[in-house]
Amino acid sequence: MKETKVIELEEVAIRFSGDSGDGMQLTGTLFSDTTALLGNDISTFPDYPSEIRAPQGTVGGVSGFQVQFGKKQVNTPGDNANVLVAMNPAAIKANARFLEPGGTIIYDSDSFTEKNLRKANFETDDPFAECNLEDFFKIPVPISSLTQEGLKDFGLDNKSVMRSKNMFALGLVCWMFNRPLDYVEEFVKNKFRKKPVVVDSNIKVLHDGYNYGLTMQHMTPSYLVHPAEIENGTYRNINGNHATAWGLLAAAEKSGLELFLGSYPITPATDILTALSERKDLGVKTFQAEDEIAGICSAIGASFAGDLAVTTTSGPGLALKGEAIGLAVMAELPLVIVNVQRGGPSTGLPTKTEQSDLMQALYGRNGESPVVVLAASTPSDCFHYAYMSAKIALERMVPVILLTDGFLGNGSEPWKIPAMADLPSITPRVANDSEEFLAYKRDAATLAREWAFPGMAGFEHRIGGLEKNITGTVSHDPENHQVNSEIREEKVQRVVDMIPDLEICGDEDGGDVLVVSWGGTFGHTASTVRELRLAGKSVSLAHFNYIKPLPKNTKEVFSKFKKIIVCELNLGQFAAYLRNELPEFSYYQANKLKGLPFTVSELKESITKLLED
Amino acid sequence: MTDVKYTIKDFKSENEVRWCAGCGDFAIINAVQRTMAGMGIPKEKFAVISGIGCSSRFPYYMSTFGFHTIHGRATAVASGVKAANPELSVWVMTGDGDSMAIGGNHFIHLIRRNIDLNVVLFNNRIYGLTKGQYSPTSDRGFVSKTSPFGTVEDPFVPGQLVIGARGSFYARSIDGNLKLSQSVLEKAAEHKGTSVVEVLQNCVIFNNGIHNAITDPNHRADRQLVLEHGKPMLFGAENEKGLVFENGKLKVVKIGENGVTEDDILVHDAMEVDPTLHLALINMALPDFPVALGVIRAVPAPVYDVEMEAQIKEIQQTRKVSCVDELLNSGNTWEVTGNPNGSSKKCI
Repeated sequence: MKETKVIELEEVAIRFSGDSGDGMQLTGTLFSDTTALLGNDISTFPDYPSEIRAPQGTVGGVSGFQVQFGKKQVNTPGDNANVLVAMNPAAIKANARFLEPGGTIIYDSDSFTEKNLRKANFETDDPFAECNLEDFFKIPVPISSLTQEGLKDFGLDNKSVMRSKNMFALGLVCWMFNRPLDYVEEFVKNKFRKKPVVVDSNIKVLHDGYNYGLTMQHMTPSYLVHPAEIENGTYRNINGNHATAWGLLAAAEKSGLELFLGSYPITPATDILTALSERKDLGVKTFQAEDEIAGICSAIGASFAGDLAVTTTSGPGLALKGEAIGLAVMAELPLVIVNVQRGGPSTGLPTKTEQSDLMQALYGRNGESPVVVLAASTPSDCFHYAYMSAKIALERMVPVILLTDGFLGNGSEPWKIPAMADLPSITPRVANDSEEFLAYKRDAATLAREWAFPGMAGFEHRIGGLEKNITGTVSHDPENHQVNSEIREEKVQRVVDMIPDLEICGDEDGGDVLVVSWGGTFGHTASTVRELRLAGKSVSLAHFNYIKPLPKNTKEVFSKFKKIIVCELNLGQFAAYLRNELPEFSYYQANKLKGLPFTVSELKESITKLLED
Repeated sequence: MTDVKYTIKDFKSENEVRWCAGCGDFAIINAVQRTMAGMGIPKEKFAVISGIGCSSRFPYYMSTFGFHTIHGRATAVASGVKAANPELSVWVMTGDGDSMAIGGNHFIHLIRRNIDLNVVLFNNRIYGLTKGQYSPTSDRGFVSKTSPFGTVEDPFVPGQLVIGARGSFYARSIDGNLKLSQSVLEKAAEHKGTSVVEVLQNCVIFNNGIHNAITDPNHRADRQLVLEHGKPMLFGAENEKGLVFENGKLKVVKIGENGVTEDDILVHDAMEVDPTLHLALINMALPDFPVALGVIRAVPAPVYDVEMEAQIKEIQQTRKVSCVDELLNSGNTWEVTGNPNGSSKKCI
């Protein structure tokens, strides 16, 4: 017997791909969690269609899950996959352009039938040649028939049997990458604890896949990726939507308030609502409203009544909430609005990522309607920015929009678990002197008003969406409106004293090119800048999490560099905002609108070109 | 109940009331303030929420906590207020444009959830604040600034929507009948769940006299049937007329004619769960029937905010996670040790 070929790697990206009913998201998630538990740094990218079950076997119905893991810092899920697991021919067609040259393709040879090849629009019987994949290392595995064979004594119908074939693929990949099966086994036992036959059949197939790799060592390579050298601490794997939900929970606990979420299901934000619905144990009130408008309006009502109030949505929902955000601006109530951005306009690309709601967040309302705008940059730091959004809202009596995106929301990475004691304090501006209380009397430094809610005797007052005077009484006085409009803007600007300075990653004293990015592109811009710097280029990164107001040293940072390039997943919205805020600089742009994250290689190309110009 | 004692004055705000002279809203606010004063609830526990329209200026004229929100959304905002703090007595002031048109969706879903709010629906069958356009409760053919040749659409009957949305409480009153309004508002306040009180209200400027056929003192006795739970459905100057249910329909009969006695007359049961008869009463219209007033429906049903709190309490009794630190450390975690110089992910 030939020795197994062992390939030692710094990092590797695997893409699991099949029909949207093939369970590829679960397979990818289980593999990622297993890998994170082994101490590798990981970054994941679920990429799936918006149809729940698109026509079987078609390219449109392909669902993919890419995970990159390594012994060093992993900031992105990888431009291209080193290993592709393809459950059908359509998965080959859909993913051919996302494969690293010289990579490995494991495929279910049973599914490469004439019929399936036609469904995937292949013209010949050689899909690999058609996709120019001749040079790849291909491992045909009869996954379907081996799964059927393994379960022949279980008395299951064929549909149930075929549902387990993802476990065969998972077992095989676990063998290839030296991952133990116990985490997956535990998951299966827990998930199907009421259906013992499903537990047994899945575990059987999982082991069959693993053993297949072991037995066929001569043809399947084995990879070795050492654990990452990351900070000491306790870690867990977390995706952006969960991190957002938990950050809000942490803010509620820290501030001593109840958490209220008014929301309406919308991809890709729904998981935040789901995650908080599960937390009745922590007293969270979740209100699944009849529409996006009722989602935010119920939250505004809860804020009026003294809760930490939140609404969560994605782009189209933010559009519907616009008028109500204006009410929160005018009434000056604390409110957190989370927008998990997706491809637009209109329904756009519901399951794909984009950063094209920036202008909507900043300006998408009637009247002068300033709000604080933040953006998270990695799946795990959604926790921090959700927490900070709540802190700012509660301490400054202002609505805060937190922008994340589909890539962050669904993507996951290991996260060093913080301790509540280490998080900054949150002091809501609850009024305590009824003699002195006036609805719109302001703190001289922050311009924030005080918060008094029903149930507080002696603080009865009226607020609303009409322009008002200091007591809350309606006022149409021209001078009053001018002054109040300026105050509302200035109040947002003064949040600058709560936010950290902009950091320069790279040449702190300045250099040739400053890469500017914001929000969910951090992993890709940081990896790009790191690689360019390793190649000796004078390239640095300034990544923004605070959009409005901008950090106070922004101008100083920009002035240190010869060229500034703003990289974002839209047609140039942050660049336009910067041109407005800091017109003294010129901004180059790198933009992408494909519903996909940047790749490091395309960013390197844009920046290298700028360096050479 | 506490021993707090208030008078109507305790609920008036210092703001000048800016409704038109003769507006039906004055009588309604009077009835609401009287009702609140008599409820024995500390004043700070009242929250009055409104949307947009003449009637929605209401909170500014009250001395309670008040929130004048945006068009059509008062029911949604109030839902959040009540869910956040179920101890409050939350009132929604809305009009036929606010709740039947732009806020129609929130209106029916509030009722479906049965959140313990008191909704007062001022129905003047016109848009007043925008100066005289037809509303969703204007009759077919109604001539207004935006229907100069008459509308070609049918109106909503608010009570039908309440029944259609599985409402647990619906009452109808008339602005001018302060005593009746106060009586139904008191019952609405006592009711656990969403109570909708439709008040037929006169807009003195843009739709003056729209309810005159019902309120005309000369014909009032024949055109109004004031329902009371447990009492026969009698009306007329001498209580000589009544309702019977025949062939699946309501029918007006006269006592003494065709052998009809008072024993044949329907007795009002507001607590009947089956809404069939309540709907028939809501549908009664001139000239064939009197208009039904009073509490038409008041049935017990599970209350959203009560259930929400109860669910949280129940789950908390057996919870495994009782604080955020425990949550963050629950499930699959792992320790990284031996990397004293390991990097954090922040920079490059």
